[in-house]
Amino acid sequence: MNNLRRNVLKGAGGASVVTVAVMAGLLKPGMALADWNKAGFDAKDLNGALASIGGGGAAASGDISVKAPDIAENGAVVPVEITSNIAGTEGIAIVGEKNALPLIADFKMMNGAQGFVSTRIKMGTTSNVTAIVKAGGKVYKASKEVKVTIGGCGG
Amino acid sequence: MAEPMKIRASLAGDTAEVKCLMNHPMETGLRKDAKTGAMVPAHHITNVTAALNGKPVLDAQWGGGISKNPYLAFKVKGAKAGDTVTVNWVDNTGDKNTAEAKIG
Repeated sequence: MNNLRRNVLKGAGGASVVTVAVMAGLLKPGMALADWNKAGFDAKDLNGALASIGGGGAAASGDISVKAPDIAENGAVVPVEITSNIAGTEGIAIVGEKNALPLIADFKMMNGAQGFVSTRIKMGTTSNVTAIVKAGGKVYKASKEVKVTIGGCGG
Repeated sequence: MAEPMKIRASLAGDTAEVKCLMNHPMETGLRKDAKTGAMVPAHHITNVTAALNGKPVLDAQWGGGISKNPYLAFKVKGAKAGDTVTVNWVDNTGDKNTAEAKIG
């Protein structure tokens, strides 16, 4: 009797764990992580990060402005504003070239959104902030060096 | 549920500039706790989407490289006063938040 009861309880417990796991496994990627470029955001080197967003062969462009401070006293909060004057800009990615995880953000614009984003990023050390802009099937880039006196990635 | 986010939309001609401020720790997963020395697990926003009158205008993916309590501004052409802008975010734990503003 008792043994049977234990087994039934165990069985029920096991089944619910599976259900939870399935729900976590199915719902989470479906809702939250579906279109998150894990390989790119986990890439620890610049080339890997660029390759994951198709930015490896980006051509330098004077029509992109990367506005960031010349010297950032606090690398944890570096304001960055990117404006792309390239017609038909449909994507802007922000890359901190020497960050531990270089890919910072990848924006897609549609339905009238302009080639403009402004945000605040973390920088581990002095390096280039690079904007990768996608427009009309081509990839462009522009960079601005930011000198960081106190890093913002890590302790 | 995360704390509310601040959102403001202003109009210049037919282009709306939307500014929002989110409340989020944005842990990269690379930082050590100063006291215990244990790694602080990653906890950051992964996806941000925005819509103008329900029509998507911005679809962003973020890593932990965005600063704590993120600030985001973007511009949308073809907007007019009274339009509604909605901004949503989801983080890597499945937590989410949404905010809405009328363009004034």
